[in-house]
Amino acid sequence: MSAYNFAYLDEQTKRMIRRALLKALAVPGYQVPFASREMPMPYGWGTGGVQVSAAVLVPEDVLKVIDQGADDTTNAVSIRRFFQKVAGVAVSEATAQATVIQTRHRIPERALEEGQILVYQVPIPEPLRFLEPSEIETRKMHALEEYGLMHVKLYEDISRHGEIATSYAYPVKVEGRYVMDPSPIPKFDNPKLSMAAIQLFGAGREQRIYALPPWTEVVSLDFEDYPFEAARAPHACDLCGAGDSYLDEVITDDAGGRMFVCSDTDFCGERRAAGHVGRLGESA
Amino acid sequence: MRDRTEGPLLRVEGLEKRYGARLGCGGVSFDLWPGEVMGIVGESGSGKTTLLNCLAGQLAPDGGRVLYDMGEGMVDTVTLDEPARRRLKRSDWAFVHQHAHEGLRMNVSAGGNVGERLMGMGARRYGAIRAQAVDWLGRVEIAADRVDDRPSAFSGGMRQRLQIARNLVTGPRLVFMDEPTGGLDVSVQARLLDLLRGLVREMGLSAIIVTHDLAVVRLLADRLMVMQGGRVVEAGLTDQVLDDPQHGYTQLLVSSVLQV
Repeated sequence: MSAYNFAYLDEQTKRMIRRALLKALAVPGYQVPFASREMPMPYGWGTGGVQVSAAVLVPEDVLKVIDQGADDTTNAVSIRRFFQKVAGVAVSEATAQATVIQTRHRIPERALEEGQILVYQVPIPEPLRFLEPSEIETRKMHALEEYGLMHVKLYEDISRHGEIATSYAYPVKVEGRYVMDPSPIPKFDNPKLSMAAIQLFGAGREQRIYALPPWTEVVSLDFEDYPFEAARAPHACDLCGAGDSYLDEVITDDAGGRMFVCSDTDFCGERRAAGHVGRLGESA
Repeated sequence: MRDRTEGPLLRVEGLEKRYGARLGCGGVSFDLWPGEVMGIVGESGSGKTTLLNCLAGQLAPDGGRVLYDMGEGMVDTVTLDEPARRRLKRSDWAFVHQHAHEGLRMNVSAGGNVGERLMGMGARRYGAIRAQAVDWLGRVEIAADRVDDRPSAFSGGMRQRLQIARNLVTGPRLVFMDEPTGGLDVSVQARLLDLLRGLVREMGLSAIIVTHDLAVVRLLADRLMVMQGGRVVEAGLTDQVLDDPQHGYTQLLVSSVLQV
């Protein structure tokens, strides 16, 4: 596709985004403003993630795109095809083979390695947003490290539900400094945020980029008497039998039938290929 | 009851605030001593709220100094850096707004509202925060079973009392109040004043209360400043000013109150 510059964005734009990325990596958890561009997809479909991916992709990269852990959902398929078309990069569904992984709402089950980049699509980058509507005020709160309000949210959870009911987009503190929204990943994934790979977060509509360099200290906020717990459904995957993966609940009929399956399709597929069978799975 | 009683808690020197060419308030100087309650009265537009906002760090004054005893001598809060001023505002100072919804988070439960300042100061034990919230709701006469209700479900008087609890929970030394009883009906006002008077005496608070209601200052304030056109026209002990007003404007103000 010679009609497009490599990876759709023009070189000046990619340069601008890379500058924001470098700043974000230098100040982990800090939201760096950037001049988000119009992308050929609606806001809310990953315009921020796509721009970050476009800025970091090189022709040798292998791209994987997941949406809620799955490689075969609409959002993942269309973004993958977009980059195949405008960048001509190799794509893969295997987590181990990918060098750049764009994700919506999940961290892959397989531990990522040095040299891999995980790009998150972020709808609302400001963790304080629903408590403090003023952007001026939230910026000031970040600057002065006034994070008491974040605990008010957790307090409200406990007082209303008896436990911290926030189950996704669970706020974290990065390197003892910035409070960050890890994008709407389930809190099951929070402990994985300290990892070997580089993690980049892009919010297109809100025009913010932030990042976690490898092995950044990331602590989930909690109370001393209500500590953070990484929750998952208390089941094993019905297809591959995994007892330690994050599960989706799938309704199978209108008579109460349901099954639990790994939300990470690649992880589940690899396990089944290796001979693991769950309650409802067929052996390969 | 205090170990630092050598000097005043707050010293104001030549405070001035202008809105363009017009004067908001000017030439205001006074000392506030620990445990003292100062009333500021005057009609609408006399500059009393401007003065309060300048004192409390909500507005930047154009001239003058606001010295506060931070423990290690007097510090000018006007030139104090912003992080330190904000820390002061949420620990040692408190601000009670006229409209409770300005001082409360309306979509957060009563307990969360009271607990916010505690959590802002680093409290991280849910049980302790909640216990303190319930205790404070009791002290402002809100039933403990309302602790998880949002202020939007509260009456005006309850909201105002909740705002007071939210502000006093960290044991501030100085409280700024802007028309604390404004907009409440008379019986609720009386109850609130009674409560405030009890809390002020019990906690040994210093307070600056802005109001146009002379009954409020009569009940609460030790000293009184009367403002007109941005200037302090008369100051002195409350009973002295109200019973024997010297300035013409004060005489007008006192005589305007309907005697029932």
